[in-house]
Amino acid sequence: MSSVSVRDISLNFGAIRVLQDLNLEVEEGEFLVLLGPSGCGKSTLLNCIAGLLDVSDGQIFIKGRNVTWQEPKDRGIGMVFQSYALYPQMSVEGNLSFGLRNQGMARDKVRERVDRAAKMLQIENLLARKPAQLSGGQRQRVAIGRALVRDAEVFLFDEPLSNLDAKLRSELRVEIKRLHQKLTNTMIYVTHDQIEALTLADRIAVMKGGVIQQLDVPHTIYNRPRNLYVAGFIGSPSMNFLDGEIVAQDGGLVFRLGSHEVPLQDYVADIDLRPAANAVFGVRPEHVEVFQGDADGSKPTFPAVVDLEEPMGADSLVWMTLEGQQLSARVEASRRFRRGDEVRVAFNLPMTSVFDRQTEDRM
Amino acid sequence: MTDAALDAPRGPKPRPALSRRNVFLYGTLLVVSVYYLLPLYVMIVTSLKGMPEIRLGNIFSPPVEVTFEPWVKAWSSACTGLNCDGLSRGFWNSVRILVPSVVMSIAIASVNGYALANWRFRGADLFFTILIFGAFIPYQVMIYPIVILLREVGLYTDLFGLVIVHTIFGMPILTLLFRNYFTTVPEDLFKAARVDGAGFWGIYFRIMLPMSLPIFVVAIILQVTGIWNDFLFGVVYTKPENYPMTVQLNNIVNSVQGVKEYNVNMAATLLTGLVPLVIYFVSGKLFVRGIAAGAVKG
Repeated sequence: MSSVSVRDISLNFGAIRVLQDLNLEVEEGEFLVLLGPSGCGKSTLLNCIAGLLDVSDGQIFIKGRNVTWQEPKDRGIGMVFQSYALYPQMSVEGNLSFGLRNQGMARDKVRERVDRAAKMLQIENLLARKPAQLSGGQRQRVAIGRALVRDAEVFLFDEPLSNLDAKLRSELRVEIKRLHQKLTNTMIYVTHDQIEALTLADRIAVMKGGVIQQLDVPHTIYNRPRNLYVAGFIGSPSMNFLDGEIVAQDGGLVFRLGSHEVPLQDYVADIDLRPAANAVFGVRPEHVEVFQGDADGSKPTFPAVVDLEEPMGADSLVWMTLEGQQLSARVEASRRFRRGDEVRVAFNLPMTSVFDRQTEDRM
Repeated sequence: MTDAALDAPRGPKPRPALSRRNVFLYGTLLVVSVYYLLPLYVMIVTSLKGMPEIRLGNIFSPPVEVTFEPWVKAWSSACTGLNCDGLSRGFWNSVRILVPSVVMSIAIASVNGYALANWRFRGADLFFTILIFGAFIPYQVMIYPIVILLREVGLYTDLFGLVIVHTIFGMPILTLLFRNYFTTVPEDLFKAARVDGAGFWGIYFRIMLPMSLPIFVVAIILQVTGIWNDFLFGVVYTKPENYPMTVQLNNIVNSVQGVKEYNVNMAATLLTGLVPLVIYFVSGKLFVRGIAAGAVKG
């Protein structure tokens, strides 16, 4: 049985269709990330699941219960917001216990739950403080605690780390992952940060224009993006796209890049590859090998000219021109490139993707 | 490069105290303050003089013999018509009008504003438009219809009738004030409270109210000064024994019998103005903060 099941959800604001016939099944204990740029409907979907927005059509089930018409408090959810949304006039303890007190829970039981959550998040010594006296990281911890005390079946996170600085963000990211391992609750997490998505998720749903583009495990999303949009959105630095065509040659297929031909026999296809006049060859920078001087000759190489080098600490990004098209490659930081250098590049074929220019789908 | 160029401009830029700019600025401020404070000075000084001294005609000169007699008379024995118990009667009438009007209008308007800002009910925009439109209808148009309405329900000349009138007339501007303030409260806070199981009143009393002290202070100041200073409604919708302080003040100052007792008139006027004055002084800082907070978003 799925933990959360979204069936044919549509949501319109007047004439604007934000979500269209969206279906989503989240397994028990799964960490699902909704990933997309701002305005793609991911937060809206989360608000629908939480019951903070009424859907125009469709149904929502949580633990097999149809909660489509239920109030947020009756859905068995806990929610964490980007802006923390702590009640400013209440102490941390007041914030944590607010939901429980609203349920009319006995005082000693409230106390017990609050203490347990505070211990888990290491905020025991902050219980008497007001939110204004807390740092950003502490505030977000309290916000998570507020969801925790409710013993919710499903946790909803609405970009919880977006307001924090980079260092704190990576710290809390790990903490959320640990929390999920400890609690084994179902978690739905909205973010526009692909690193967060790739590191946290059991499965990622990449959204665009109110439609889920691809829903799969992070590895597949990264290595077998279903379409051009997903391929371009995931990965930093992003994937190279080279325009060309697929033609049959010597009984096999090749990708023709101007005057060069990339043999495709090692390519892992989603559907049967066939010749196509307009195709896009997608390769991530780390799957481009750059040879200065002689190549080892084990695989086909192509000539390119270096434009510029971007050192990124652990490695460098080299920008080149291949057949008049831009191409970037990730290389060891110790290697040096100068503008105008003539190099040869090779592709790690099993890790590349070929897309149809018209449908934008992976082949 | 010379030594002077290396040394001279360093640290804060010197600002001469007696620059032309400062002279203009403080000069203007001084003139304006005198313009506003002089009448107040005259009133205070006159109210502390006896009648013989006033007859001398030096209205700016300080009292030779300070006397509080006019203040006592204004408060407890000045005559308006047949009543000779001074302004005290009007004062208590005004208090009896003021307190329920302020409490009722603010209570209702704050809930209105909260509902309009946070609970997007069907027809909310239409309701809001009608309410705002109400703010632009001149009072004079409504005076007589309200007389009839109050008469029909048996509240004409009753203090409670006047309380209702004040409550209703305060509604448009107060609702607007509260709505604008509540829309600045982050929406996530409201959502979090809903997830935590708080309902309409739970969120209002436990989340919104404790966050809204400044705007309540603004509303209280607006209502206290507005209702305290009201003359028109007071004179139209009440009878002589229920007249608020302002109406009584007018009757004292404009009485045509006997000698014009300027000192008593001045004292009576100051007494009447005391309540709004105290309110302003006590809450000035909060007032500015609240007005600014309410005005940020429309």
